[in-house]
Amino acid sequence: MTDAAELKARTRALLAEHPPAETDRPDFLRARFDAGLAWVHYPAGLGGLDAPRALQAVVDAELAAAGAPDNDPRRIGIGLGMAAPTLLAYGSDEVRSRFLKPLWTGEEVWCQLFSEPGAGSDLAALGTRAVRDEATGDWIVDGQKVWTSSAHTARWAILIARTDPDLPKHRGITYFVCDMTDPGVEVRPLRQITGEAEFNEVFLTGVRIPDAHRLGEAGDGWRVAQTTLMNERVSIGGARIPREGGMIGKAAGVWRDRPELRTHALHRRLLDLWVDAEVARLTGERLRQQLVAGQPGPEGSAMKLGFARLNQAISGLEVELLADEGLLYGDWTMVRPDHVDFTGRDAGYRYLRSKGNSIEGGTTEVLLNIVAERVLGLPPEPRNDKDVPWKDLAR
Amino acid sequence: MTRQPDLLYSDTEDDLRAAVRSLLTDRADTRTVLDRVEEPSPYLPGLWEALASGIGAAGLLVPEKLGGQGASHREAAVVLEELGRAVTPAPYLTGSVMATETLLALAADGGPAADLLAALASGERVAVLALPFSTAPRKPIEPGHRVPAVADALAADVLLVPRPDGLYAVDAADAVVTPRSSLDLTRPLAVVDTRDAEGVRLAGPEAGPAAVRRGLLAGAGLLASEQLGIAEWCLEETVRHTKERYQFNRPIGSFQALKHRMAHLWLDLVGARAAARAAADALATGAPDAELTVAVAQAYCSGVAVRAAEECVQLHGGIGMTWEHPAHLALKRAKADQLALGSAGHHQDVIAALADLPAPA
Repeated sequence: MTDAAELKARTRALLAEHPPAETDRPDFLRARFDAGLAWVHYPAGLGGLDAPRALQAVVDAELAAAGAPDNDPRRIGIGLGMAAPTLLAYGSDEVRSRFLKPLWTGEEVWCQLFSEPGAGSDLAALGTRAVRDEATGDWIVDGQKVWTSSAHTARWAILIARTDPDLPKHRGITYFVCDMTDPGVEVRPLRQITGEAEFNEVFLTGVRIPDAHRLGEAGDGWRVAQTTLMNERVSIGGARIPREGGMIGKAAGVWRDRPELRTHALHRRLLDLWVDAEVARLTGERLRQQLVAGQPGPEGSAMKLGFARLNQAISGLEVELLADEGLLYGDWTMVRPDHVDFTGRDAGYRYLRSKGNSIEGGTTEVLLNIVAERVLGLPPEPRNDKDVPWKDLAR
Repeated sequence: MTRQPDLLYSDTEDDLRAAVRSLLTDRADTRTVLDRVEEPSPYLPGLWEALASGIGAAGLLVPEKLGGQGASHREAAVVLEELGRAVTPAPYLTGSVMATETLLALAADGGPAADLLAALASGERVAVLALPFSTAPRKPIEPGHRVPAVADALAADVLLVPRPDGLYAVDAADAVVTPRSSLDLTRPLAVVDTRDAEGVRLAGPEAGPAAVRRGLLAGAGLLASEQLGIAEWCLEETVRHTKERYQFNRPIGSFQALKHRMAHLWLDLVGARAAARAAADALATGAPDAELTVAVAQAYCSGVAVRAAEECVQLHGGIGMTWEHPAHLALKRAKADQLALGSAGHHQDVIAALADLPAPA
């Protein structure tokens, strides 16, 4: 069993052998991966040491103190948070050793081809088809995906597609690794209400995927995708934030700096939200302590729901507080950022971008259903779509 | 960097919870409580002895050398969660937290305060502050002979009476305690008149009010745990009911309109637990931001308890409106608790002062 002391020693050895000041960033990151210090809870040989996940903090603290470069996790969030756990759980040895290292170092960016124009909350209804080419064993994929962040920078994608339309919707799906440089992949920016295009539409036309890039059995893609989606929710709300971290700090800062803008009505709302934000911070801290103590609870879904509501309410308040300046907007130019910062830019941007917080990664309405059914054990709504072949569903 | 409180429950706290829950299930289930609320005294005979002395809950805040259990606000908070869940009539918040904490501030040098504290810690006697139950920790204390709306005065042997020249302990037998018809049936209020009672002086005009404020602050902080317990019971009962109740050929809990309301309550509860734990931990560790943390817990948890109790009544439909169903006990406790020890608005004002978010000039 690897303990904190051993990890500290290994980290120092890495730093001694590859002094950050004299080592190229990619070289340092590759060496860190090879030393098993990339994600210590991963298996040895795949960037880890089979150590407890909580001990990663020991390594990160040592590296940060030494000024070592990191892998810019904001840029490769989909790869780290979603693709990697799925590759680890379902990939063959060849797949895992081919993909995990450049994924972690950031040399290869990943994106996620899940949502479709006709399959949002009801993701299992997706219609992108993958058909087996009996001659070569490859899969030929046709369809359209949407809300794909990083598609324009991605080298690889995780993809789910329908391989058997005659089965009920959850059963005819297969999970693949898709090459984003395939000539049949077309990426178009999807401009959103903020003016920028953080996401893309991805059109797939005759895209060829070797069978070796299938994850899990044919028809088992829905189960494989659960691994991906579960990890998406784990990765949200993991970081420790100080009091007044996030949106509330921005609004409170304006309140303190600009006494001329204060009104009694806004004061009450600010205090309401300040309390809610502080309670959300404590909730996140409690969740973190539960994870460290090895008692993960269902509170993670609470974080995502609360975060969306708070961001929207606080940024809305901030726009109102700014009065005349609230009537302005920083910049409507269409840009394609390689990561998103919800608290970045101006209040108007924050207000508009936060509207997506209750839609992306599971709408608030769907997450409330999940809380009600999985946490509280309430009975599901009657359903008429579970045992019907996918091809016979209304659309 | 903000101090990180311990927000989990320890094994000792879990054991204590189990002991209190088992006692209340055996001796003070909601039916038993309901049957008694219209008696002259709603307190269940023998329950206090079992809780205070048997389990030792009365002395949790008191160091062993002063006759207590040497535990902390964290453990007392767990007791209050359970008392809130069961809406138990017991002078625990008022006596074992508020009066006890007040005496703790005065007992270091022995004397009558220390003697009384030891008697409270053992569960042998009960004392309460002779102040209106709505008194907030930061409000100036106005001494007076006749105090309206003193909580649990009916259960008290001793009244702690703030007077212009200090804090006095007055035997309840020497005071006139007149019961009032209270919104919260399980925490009765009384008018307390100590005009003709001399009492024993415990502290002077400086130390007395400071000690009382400390008692009120601990009370406000731990009231959040009682409110958490109330909300938890309300949600559990509502989920249970809506799973079992059929209308339109379905359990009503399968309708999204209802499940979303219950899911929202669960979210509120998750936050309330974090806030209440933070307040208990801040009091237990004497954290520098304890006053702010207590204000946050009160500003948040009092609304959660009321919302949970109101939803409990509504989602039970007609049955929730009956005297027979215990939902109204929780609603009355939650609504009274919202006013106790300072309203949410008062606690927000405290936050505005402490967190530098001033009101418009």
